Amino acid sequence: MPRIVFDQVSKSYGAVEVLPPFDLSLDDGEFTVLVGPSGCGKSTTLRMLAGLETVTSGEIYFDDAPISKLDPKERDLAMVFQDYALYPHMNIAKNMSFALRLARVPKAEIETKVQRVAEMLNIAHLLDRKPAELSGGQRQRVAMGRALVRDAGTFLFDEPLSNLDAKLRGKMRAELAEMRDTIDKNMVYVTHDQVEAMTLGDRIVVMSDGLIQQQGSPEELFKSPVNTFVAGFIGAPTMNFVDGELVEEKGTLWARGDGFALPLPEEAGARLATAQDRHVTIGLRPSSFTTDLTRGAPIELKVVVSEYLGAQSVLVTRCGGAEILVETQSAAPVRAGTEQAFGVLTDEIMIFDKTSGLRL
Amino acid sequence: MQIANANRLTPYLFLAPAALVMTVALLYPIGYMIYASFLDWNPSQRIGEAEFVGLRNYINLLSDAAFLESFFVTLKFAAVVVSIEMVLGVGLALLLDRNIRGMSVLRTLFILPMMIAPIVVGLMWRYMYHPSVGIFNRTLKSLGFEPIPWLSDGSWAFASVVIADIWQWTPFIFILSLAALQSLPQSAMEAARIDGATGWRQIVYIKLPLMMPVLIVTLLLRLIDAFKVLEVILVLTNGGPGLSTEILSLRISRTASEFRELGEAAAMSNYLLILLVILTFAMFAYNKAVEARTARLRKAAQEGS
Ligand SMILES: Nc1ncnc2c1ncn2[C@@H]1O[C@H](COP(=O)(O)OP(=O)(O)O)[C@@H](O)[C@H]1O
Ligand SMILES: [Mg+2]
Repeated sequence: MPRIVFDQVSKSYGAVEVLPPFDLSLDDGEFTVLVGPSGCGKSTTLRMLAGLETVTSGEIYFDDAPISKLDPKERDLAMVFQDYALYPHMNIAKNMSFALRLARVPKAEIETKVQRVAEMLNIAHLLDRKPAELSGGQRQRVAMGRALVRDAGTFLFDEPLSNLDAKLRGKMRAELAEMRDTIDKNMVYVTHDQVEAMTLGDRIVVMSDGLIQQQGSPEELFKSPVNTFVAGFIGAPTMNFVDGELVEEKGTLWARGDGFALPLPEEAGARLATAQDRHVTIGLRPSSFTTDLTRGAPIELKVVVSEYLGAQSVLVTRCGGAEILVETQSAAPVRAGTEQAFGVLTDEIMIFDKTSGLRL
Repeated sequence: MQIANANRLTPYLFLAPAALVMTVALLYPIGYMIYASFLDWNPSQRIGEAEFVGLRNYINLLSDAAFLESFFVTLKFAAVVVSIEMVLGVGLALLLDRNIRGMSVLRTLFILPMMIAPIVVGLMWRYMYHPSVGIFNRTLKSLGFEPIPWLSDGSWAFASVVIADIWQWTPFIFILSLAALQSLPQSAMEAARIDGATGWRQIVYIKLPLMMPVLIVTLLLRLIDAFKVLEVILVLTNGGPGLSTEILSLRISRTASEFRELGEAAAMSNYLLILLVILTFAMFAYNKAVEARTARLRKAAQEGS
């Protein structure tokens, strides 16, 4: 279980630089999730780590040993692919034991290992079948099993759940989360789905356009995103962004926009004093609104649509020219088409620079 | 009801002209040949005047040493060239299946021999095999070796026609293998690399097994073709020296034109035809088996999910 360090690693395909030089270190035994929209370079990063792509410059270290020139098999890792990449001509047992057979592990040992992992993943009754005889969910488990049997130091996952239907994906996500706690290995997991990232990751690395935007625990990313990209990417429903400005009145700093003015807490006010009178982007999470008016600063919103999701409802509302999503308990029903007063939890308000998008 | 019937007949109606042409153009000559094989027929006679002799031609052939010899030569030729071509063609494909600059030019070059007319290939090799002015013997001589009787010694002549055939037909296996290789699932190959299969092991455990369906069909196609070989050998050796390179097609043509035994020649053709039909059926049966297997697997997958 090595500590993995990317040192100024970059990747270009011909003249196109898809990943400018970046640094990244992944701690021993950590479950790291690389998350970002499609095409941002997550797979490329993972594949360089796996040795399936060369690095254009820089170096990757496993515990201070440079490995970027090593063959994939010399890196002691196992990988689960998005399309599972099972060997179509081998049955499930052969698929799972392929690496061990190549490594000339004794037959009896291979058998016990395969059996153990197959039972853990509930695929023991499928061992004689060919991959083509399995359903998508079963193939996914086999792919997982093939990686687990290896007992490698590092596990890599490239969007392993994205080919499953929503229900199965939720189930596998929960199983993975459970597995994460029982298996003490380095795991690097790539996904474009922030829910997966939030449920699975000890540490999340948010990427966009080949750049690492921010890394941290799920809570850090949710509570203190460094820019509008991370703030908008993490959390569902997504954060509301409204244009506005910061003004001082009677010793309090106010975030004022079209149709509302929200007082900022003292501590934030002190931090943002230098940004006074600037045009900013005000970030409000849908969960920062409450129908309990005694708890937050008042704001008037015109409810356009109410999306009932069960215990929760998401309200699509208007405030001046902006559209604002509000998450409420369904127990306090709100009728569409009405003006309604809400409270905003002011210590959850985030202020971003309007041009750079950076958090102020 | 009436309209439904008419609708069902429509496709057959449209197919009818083509079917008719096919019947006349394809079945008539074959039927003619089969009929002729039961006759004692001399080219100076009209077919109606020839004497009907039943299976005599077929039975005679079974004890005709020259025919048996030429049948054996054909089998040997097909077996040798197809084995060597398979190994070389698949090997080359494995070697050239990578994205290095200039590789596409190289691939195109390798395919060229297949595109040359067989007669031209024969002539070309005949000049190269020429005992005194051919490039092979001149080269041997300049290096201080004895010249080789390429086409005038029985064993060498067989080797010479084999070499020419390999030169011309390895590309066929090469392009089919290359196409098979390039359509293999990339991620399975990457998974194999991570699992520790590189180089030889990847070829043996992953690539070859996955290419196998294409390779088997390629082998059968090539085998069918090798049994019908004629032009190159006709130009190079015309079957000689002795009977060393007299493959069946040559023997058939000589029986008809030189020995003037049309009935016997037709019977020989039918023996060859039977062999080819068996091979063709083997190929279809294999394809059917593969399809049936895929369908069965897919059905099992649906039941399992
Ligand atoms: N083999 C390649 N050749 C050229 N460009 C590539 C290649 N592979 C990926 N890219 C480009 O690199 C970028 C990052 O791709 P990738 O890492 O697959 O993104 P994702 O975050 O969706 O996994 C994309 O813009 C993609 O078009
Ligand atoms: Mg990807």
